[in-house]
Amino acid sequence: MMKRSSFLRGAVAGIPIALGYLSVSFAFGITAVRAGLTYFQAAMISLTNLTSAGQVAGVEVIAASGSLLEMAAVQLTINLRYALMGISLSQNLDPRFTLPHRLIAAYGITDEIFAVCSTNEEPITPAYMYGITAIATLGWVSGTFIGGFAGQALPAAVTAALGIVIYGMFIAIIVPPAAKHRSILFTVLLAAALSILCKYLLPSLSSGFSVIICAVLTSVFAALLFPKKDEEGEVSEA
Amino acid sequence: MTIALYIAVMAGVTYLIRMLPFAFFTKKIESTFVKSLLYYMPYAVLSAMTIPAVFYSTGNLATAIIGTAVAFVLAYFDLPLIVVALAAAGSVFVAGIFI
Repeated sequence: MMKRSSFLRGAVAGIPIALGYLSVSFAFGITAVRAGLTYFQAAMISLTNLTSAGQVAGVEVIAASGSLLEMAAVQLTINLRYALMGISLSQNLDPRFTLPHRLIAAYGITDEIFAVCSTNEEPITPAYMYGITAIATLGWVSGTFIGGFAGQALPAAVTAALGIVIYGMFIAIIVPPAAKHRSILFTVLLAAALSILCKYLLPSLSSGFSVIICAVLTSVFAALLFPKKDEEGEVSEA
Repeated sequence: MTIALYIAVMAGVTYLIRMLPFAFFTKKIESTFVKSLLYYMPYAVLSAMTIPAVFYSTGNLATAIIGTAVAFVLAYFDLPLIVVALAAAGSVFVAGIFI
């Protein structure tokens, strides 16, 4: 009973993620098919990887007939942030999160699922995380499939508009707490400023690596300037 | 066949990066500094991923700026994620008709 309601809560929390994924993976499906993959292969990549930047870079490696070592190195660099997120999530897990659950749930650590889980007040249960992951994966894989299958048929104006959906969701996650807490406002502004510097001063830096550098530097500064005393101290009502 | 091998390497590396720290890091972190670091991390990640990438997300700087502005205003008034996200896309679509 408890388990199922927790799964459902997760699934509901995952709906905006799934819709955002649908549009992003739609674009990925188009890209992958243009690079010479079948739409089935594109959907398999989405099902087994569940990540955006890493998949796009992976398709580029495949299209360029790169080595498997290059593929591994590219994935490691771009997806390294998931390791940090995993450590962060590990701090707020329900006791029901035993090793087998951790082995399964690890599949679902993405930027968006991490953001929703880590801004959750209560400890995360396996069922809750499975709920989010299931619905998000459904959106991610079906979007890839549809994009690969029918993407070219869609008007350019529609695909252009869909490109902003996932960022709209990011903005909706960071703006409200930034408006309430000076420390989070500082974090958001500094990360954005560093990210702009990386993009224009270090254009050869991959986007995944740039995110790691910006996020780590920013979090170090924020942690030094605004140390968080304990869980109850900082957040009023989030 | 070769494509399957590429996909297996992609998936394997990505899974291990996610799984190893999440499954085997079970200590509670006591350090205030590290706790604070992890608390600010998601906001820093999302902000760095959004800016400046959002301005290139529609293939047209002007429509992207309009969509971003709409998202910021609606997010500021605490509207649900999905409303903010779809309103941003809707405004990009409408702006695209005029630009």
